[in-house]
Amino acid sequence: MRKHKHYTAESIIFDIFIAIFMLAFIIITVYPVINTIAISFNDGTDAVRGGIHLWPRKFSMRNFKTVLKMEDLLVGAKNSVLRTVLATLSSLFACALLAFVLSRKRFLFKRGFSLFWVITMYVNGGMIPTFVLYKSLGLTNSFWVYVVPGMVSAWNMLVLRTYMHGLPDSLEESAQLDGAGYWTVFTKIISPLCKPVYATIALFVAVYQWNSWFDSMLYNRLADEHTTLQYELMKLLSSVMQQSTSAEAAKNSAATVTPVTIRAAATVVTMLPIICLYPFLQRYFVTGLTIGGVKE
Amino acid sequence: MAKEKKNKNVDEIKDRKITWKEIKRQKALLIISFFMLVYGIVFYYLPLAGWLMAFQKYKPKLGIFGSKFVGLENFKFLFMNKSVAFWPVVRNTFFMGLLNLVTQTVMAVLFAILLNEIKANVIKKPIQTISYLPHFLSWIIVTGILHDALSNSGIVNELLIKFGITDRVIDFFAHPEYFWGIVAFAHCWKETGWNAIIYLAAITAIDPCLYEAASIDGAGRLQKIKYITLPGIKPTFMILLLINIGNLLNAGFEVQYLLGNGLVKKVSDTIDIFVLKWGISQNDFSLGTAAGIFKSVISITLILIFNNIAKRNGDERLF
Repeated sequence: MRKHKHYTAESIIFDIFIAIFMLAFIIITVYPVINTIAISFNDGTDAVRGGIHLWPRKFSMRNFKTVLKMEDLLVGAKNSVLRTVLATLSSLFACALLAFVLSRKRFLFKRGFSLFWVITMYVNGGMIPTFVLYKSLGLTNSFWVYVVPGMVSAWNMLVLRTYMHGLPDSLEESAQLDGAGYWTVFTKIISPLCKPVYATIALFVAVYQWNSWFDSMLYNRLADEHTTLQYELMKLLSSVMQQSTSAEAAKNSAATVTPVTIRAAATVVTMLPIICLYPFLQRYFVTGLTIGGVKE
Repeated sequence: MAKEKKNKNVDEIKDRKITWKEIKRQKALLIISFFMLVYGIVFYYLPLAGWLMAFQKYKPKLGIFGSKFVGLENFKFLFMNKSVAFWPVVRNTFFMGLLNLVTQTVMAVLFAILLNEIKANVIKKPIQTISYLPHFLSWIIVTGILHDALSNSGIVNELLIKFGITDRVIDFFAHPEYFWGIVAFAHCWKETGWNAIIYLAAITAIDPCLYEAASIDGAGRLQKIKYITLPGIKPTFMILLLINIGNLLNAGFEVQYLLGNGLVKKVSDTIDIFVLKWGISQNDFSLGTAAGIFKSVISITLILIFNNIAKRNGDERLF
């Protein structure tokens, strides 16, 4: 009797189970996102009635028009873009440079200096001492608190170092025989080979920066000019969560936008860059996660 | 040259002897490291000096060097004073962390195993791509979306009423008994697909011969999962468990802060929220620091204990 695995009862039931599980998983993941998008394109007063699911019932662009006129949100968007770009570039450069130093096998303090950075992954001062330090360094009420403190991160450095360890030593040796210094080795030989892992780290930092809000709240609460998009969204959401009407919404509206739709529109604006770039960039994220396994 | 070839494995090289010639040779490396060292000391080690505040009656005007030392008084106040309510906060942090860890791990392993059973890439790839999209959305967005879904006019209440499970809308955020579950669900929603990536990689690394041999012996798909796949991902499972247990107390801030409200405060407040409330909002830096130190010490102890257990069992470990 031939017993192909696909035709046993157990196998069929199992397949059905997988299909149901995956279907439920996808619906639960995607539905709330699409629902938010649908609400953001719907007329405000109409949306309050509820019952909007995957498609707007009464189409309107007014929500986005209102959101894009909010002063704070625009300042926040500008700062978010700026911090994402600046922090990504500076952090990538600093981490790559440190990883380069720590992956040179001739480096005199290789062990001790590596340990110095590994310790920072497990021990940190905590919220209050950090706050006091930043305050005394003049980093509170300042844009630079988004860029400077997180510039060198041991986690990112370790991923880069693992990758650099995987490159053959002979590359460096032959360049040095030709008279190249370490700086040339870093910029002309190692970095071009590290492009994939650089992309991964840059994306990690960029997403982290774009999604950060707590630092705006903690260090720049009193400096409106340094607010970020996520923090503004948070203020918008929490004002609605407490069922109070948003002042801006009331001011700008002729009763066709409501807090519900304004919030949806602001959410869509905030996640737009991620959703748009995601399909193109997702492979880099995945490589980054499994890069620990890269060996020579 | 010959000597260097012998030491091919970079990790096995001991620190070289420090000679002037060598220092001169790697001047560039040493200059960079000097700046990195200063940066590291300022931004990672200097905050540790702030721990002194926990043993002082810290006054911002007087600074760390001018404030009066009070010994363990802040810790006594933290642990003994009932009105501070620190222990319920520790309990919340610990159990929410544990619940999140368990549900997230179960979901990630389950998702990875089931996804691996789908052989057609046309179906598998899109599912995986969609599955880790939420990982890249901020907690602000995720909690906002979740708040919508669970609100009185949200989809969850709509479905519950449609299928007759309840006859009245449930205000999920007004009842403390739902809060931990909601937080666990939020984490699963955001991270299942992402966490599964590493398990999928581990499953892919299992030798296909094992499955073939099992098939010949007449093993069904469930048996193959039980006897080959699960043991195959055990090392990955162990190392992730170690990392996550060390981070158990660290993982209790954003969701709880964003979803919590006055009605569920008793079960939603975590150590980090406690530190924020006392340290920043009430300006009691000393008490906030003391609570932070407590968290750090417990975290490091957990890491060391679990690292040790893993070492004894011969599994992979962190360091």
